Amino acid sequence: MWRYVVRRVLYAIPILVGVNLLTFFLFFVVNTPDDMARMQLGVKRVTPEAIEHWKAERGYDRPLMFNEGATGAGKFTDTIFFDHSVRLFAFDFGAAESDGRDIGHEIRSRMGPSLAIALPVFLVGLAAYVSFALLLVFFRATVLDTVGVVACVFAMSISGMFYIIGGQYLVGKLWNLVPISGFGEGLSAWRFLVLPVLVGLVAGFGESARWYRTIFLEEINRDYVRTARAKGLTESRVLFRHVLRNGMIPILTGVVVVIPSLFLGSLVTESFFGIPGLGSYTIDAIGAQDFAVVRSMVFLGSLLYIVGLILTDISYTLVDPRIRFE
Amino acid sequence: MRRPLTRFIVLIWIACLAAACSEPWNDPHAPASTGGQTLYSGFAERPKHLDPVQSYSSNEITFTAQVYTPPLQYHYLDRPFRLIPFAATKVPEPVLLDARGVALPADADAGKVAFSVYEVRIRPGMRYQPHPAFANDERGAPRYVELDDRALAEIHELRDFSHTGTREVLAADFVYQIKRLAHPRLHSPILGLMKDYIVGLDDYTKRLKQADDALANSGRKGAWLDLRQHPLEGVEIVDDHTFRVRLKGKYPQFVYWLAMPFFAPIPHEADRFYTQPGLIARNITLDWYPVGAGPYMLTINDPNRQMVLERNPNFFGETYPRTGEAGDAAEGLLRDAGLPLPFIDRAVFALEKEGIPYWNKFLQGYYDMSGIAADAFDQAVQIGGSGQVMLTDEMREKGIQLKTAVAPSTMYMGFNMLDAVVGGESERARKLRLAIAIAIDYEEFVAIFANGRGVPAHGPIPPGIYGYRNGEAGVNRYVYDWVDGAPRRKSIETARKLLAEAGYPGGVDSATGAPLVLYLDGTARGPDDKNRLDWLRKQFARLDVSLVVRATDYNRFQEKIRKGNAQIFYWGWNADYPDPENFLFLLHGAQGKVKTQGENASNYTNAEYDALFERMKNMDNGPERQAIIDRMQEILRRDVPWIWGMHPKEYGLAHAWVHNRKPNQIANNLLKYQRIDSASRTTLRARWNRPVLWPLGLVVVFAAALSFVAWSAWLRRERRTAGLALAQER
Repeated sequence: MWRYVVRRVLYAIPILVGVNLLTFFLFFVVNTPDDMARMQLGVKRVTPEAIEHWKAERGYDRPLMFNEGATGAGKFTDTIFFDHSVRLFAFDFGAAESDGRDIGHEIRSRMGPSLAIALPVFLVGLAAYVSFALLLVFFRATVLDTVGVVACVFAMSISGMFYIIGGQYLVGKLWNLVPISGFGEGLSAWRFLVLPVLVGLVAGFGESARWYRTIFLEEINRDYVRTARAKGLTESRVLFRHVLRNGMIPILTGVVVVIPSLFLGSLVTESFFGIPGLGSYTIDAIGAQDFAVVRSMVFLGSLLYIVGLILTDISYTLVDPRIRFE
Repeated sequence: MRRPLTRFIVLIWIACLAAACSEPWNDPHAPASTGGQTLYSGFAERPKHLDPVQSYSSNEITFTAQVYTPPLQYHYLDRPFRLIPFAATKVPEPVLLDARGVALPADADAGKVAFSVYEVRIRPGMRYQPHPAFANDERGAPRYVELDDRALAEIHELRDFSHTGTREVLAADFVYQIKRLAHPRLHSPILGLMKDYIVGLDDYTKRLKQADDALANSGRKGAWLDLRQHPLEGVEIVDDHTFRVRLKGKYPQFVYWLAMPFFAPIPHEADRFYTQPGLIARNITLDWYPVGAGPYMLTINDPNRQMVLERNPNFFGETYPRTGEAGDAAEGLLRDAGLPLPFIDRAVFALEKEGIPYWNKFLQGYYDMSGIAADAFDQAVQIGGSGQVMLTDEMREKGIQLKTAVAPSTMYMGFNMLDAVVGGESERARKLRLAIAIAIDYEEFVAIFANGRGVPAHGPIPPGIYGYRNGEAGVNRYVYDWVDGAPRRKSIETARKLLAEAGYPGGVDSATGAPLVLYLDGTARGPDDKNRLDWLRKQFARLDVSLVVRATDYNRFQEKIRKGNAQIFYWGWNADYPDPENFLFLLHGAQGKVKTQGENASNYTNAEYDALFERMKNMDNGPERQAIIDRMQEILRRDVPWIWGMHPKEYGLAHAWVHNRKPNQIANNLLKYQRIDSASRTTLRARWNRPVLWPLGLVVVFAAALSFVAWSAWLRRERRTAGLALAQER
């Protein structure tokens, strides 16, 4: 297994370089270093000297990818791309361009709030959606199943934004049960998490429950299920012992891969609920054309995604002994 | 079965009663939020800079203006805006000198003035907020300098330092800050401007850069650059409480800059303290933790969540103004006259990025003040039969107060005067611009897109700024007629006639026979922009002219403007200070965007206007200055480099428990004047936010019923035979 993991980690390096290259390319197609300087220095009374000074201070006065003025390897290393990308691989994210704050520190301090929402939504959601899907499968071909599916389709047809605004209005404003938005320190934060977690659960309910129901329905008609029933097992035992276990592989494909990314938070939810997580950090950085933060977050996102894929592969072997690392 | 059910109902009732008696459940603030003189507000965007040499944005000055003490400030109540002393003992009068250093009279012609000398005398006895930079050890040496990693092991925030100190604010600190404008590691947005005026600042910038490079070359990159060792020719310490600034020529607007944090005192101890690499690595910098002598100090700076200002125990003390403009006394704005400031002990600013949650929390009483977003306008405000603005019944029942004021801003559509079609000084182009200016009905625009929150503009100067004229005298006669005591926009027929005279009868170029197509450049972000642009197209269509919108992102738009590639564009300007120069310079030839990268985005030039501007900018307010401004506005109205657009009107709401609130769009250090009636707030918050528990009960009952049905069905299924199950599925 370790050989497989090492091989996958080595594969990840060119992928990360590629992602970095693509991010760099896309960012600088839209923004020039001059644009970035203007954005950071403000729109009023910005002199060309101030722009040049800002660029020189941050190394943006050099060529983007290829330095004709340099010699030897310097043609590639004395460039914005090389200077700003290589240190990412040592997890040195540098300082944000907008306020000069240490990006690594920001990531560490914002991971917690993101996780505080994403983790309960993920865990409770997984349990609730799988249970509900199994319940629908249990009552397949009955009125309950039809009502459940209609409810799922209805729920997934509504925009996520509607759940957020509606949830804030109903639970926070009309019923006064929890704060509409905000965040607290330590354990006092729980009051602020109730609503975004609830909204996250409800918003993901329709799509996920229907997806799991489809997976389980595919399993329910297989031979081993018929055999289990022929053995005289109860329906609940058939579902939870056999169908759930065999349905785990497609579930794991979608679930394990997102586990590492839970740290990255949600862009919209965090903005609306005032959660100081990594999602809102990323969206702020995009708005502020803060390339240092955007680059770091994209790098971190792709790295965590790769980690998620490796974990998914490992988890396959745990749930299905027929799968081997080859 | 009956007993458990009865118990359940009793429990629900007890919970309801307990909820009704206790604190609101939805209070987003800390448990002690109801007591004390604490103000609650929000911020949508985290401040980038709190260093007064760099900070310039409105979201930053909300904090810096409460912490720092520049020499001057604006009178809170008087209108028009008037400068009064803050850290200074009086508003300085410049001494004008000719090239030989001989004093000139105050009304001397600007051409003869070689230097203006401002002598600023500051209040003795002002002291800085408690801060570790001033903490000394037993021997009287600074306690927190040259800190190594071991000493900083337990330091993560500024409040982790166990010792603090203070000292008196000295004139040297004001001089130190002026020198910091040129600091090579900082980016002061006003350095370029001040280089033109403060004697020797340009050269000083180069010298500091050399000194900084020398530090770097000696292996001490980033070490403290002690500006006391580097004298600046134009700035001089006279004594402990007096300093002088020597300016090139005459620049009466300089006093307005003295009311901004750019000129607030910074102690060298703070500069030295914050330059330590270990602190920079921990994000403990002057840009993050300001050091001031103002009424408040920033005690919590967590812009990911909240920023907290608390009363500075060392604040020198001021009193609430005793006078104001007519009507202030009737509005209760002089009730606290003469009382010591500040009233509020603590101000909590919570991060609130989205408008909807902010608005709802304001209605719940958790924010003390709010603006009115477009989608909440109808909920907050209604227009009466005679056009008067009133609060809705819902707002009145809550006792919410509405304050309105025209902002010292202008939003306009500019013509690029370098453009071959709409630009230039020819009569043809002028008539084309004028026809468009008449056709675009800004009265309708204000009604549709700003909910009436704006005043159609007749020139660049907004109401409240010297030079603005009200009534018939201020009407743009080229676009409006004065009818029945009010301006009335000229008819579309007049515009069509002008268009024909310009060579485009019926919107067709008479020379080529091609239909006239004009291009609008701007940024378009959402559905609101689309509606606005559709409306604009319709305005042009009234002249049978096609308008093509070239929407792009902000960077490209700015680039087009810089390079002069736009044809028609929309833009705006907020006043830096309440002087007509700050608006009229936007059309000064020397400020041409393409030529000098200045602020004249239209690239307008007019020799007479430019000459008048040079005269006007150095004059004191008076009939002569007014006459020049009138003439300048007349030139602009005739030449039409802009479609004058509108001056936005700001609507602000505040709860009944907020006192002494008066809109002031120029001054920013307003927190110290506000007063809160905390007892009233606590009562009303509790009344407005009683938890509604029946939905919880309903959810429980519904879940129980559903579980019961599911459980019954489950049991039934479990008891079936496999054969029956398969038969049912088929």
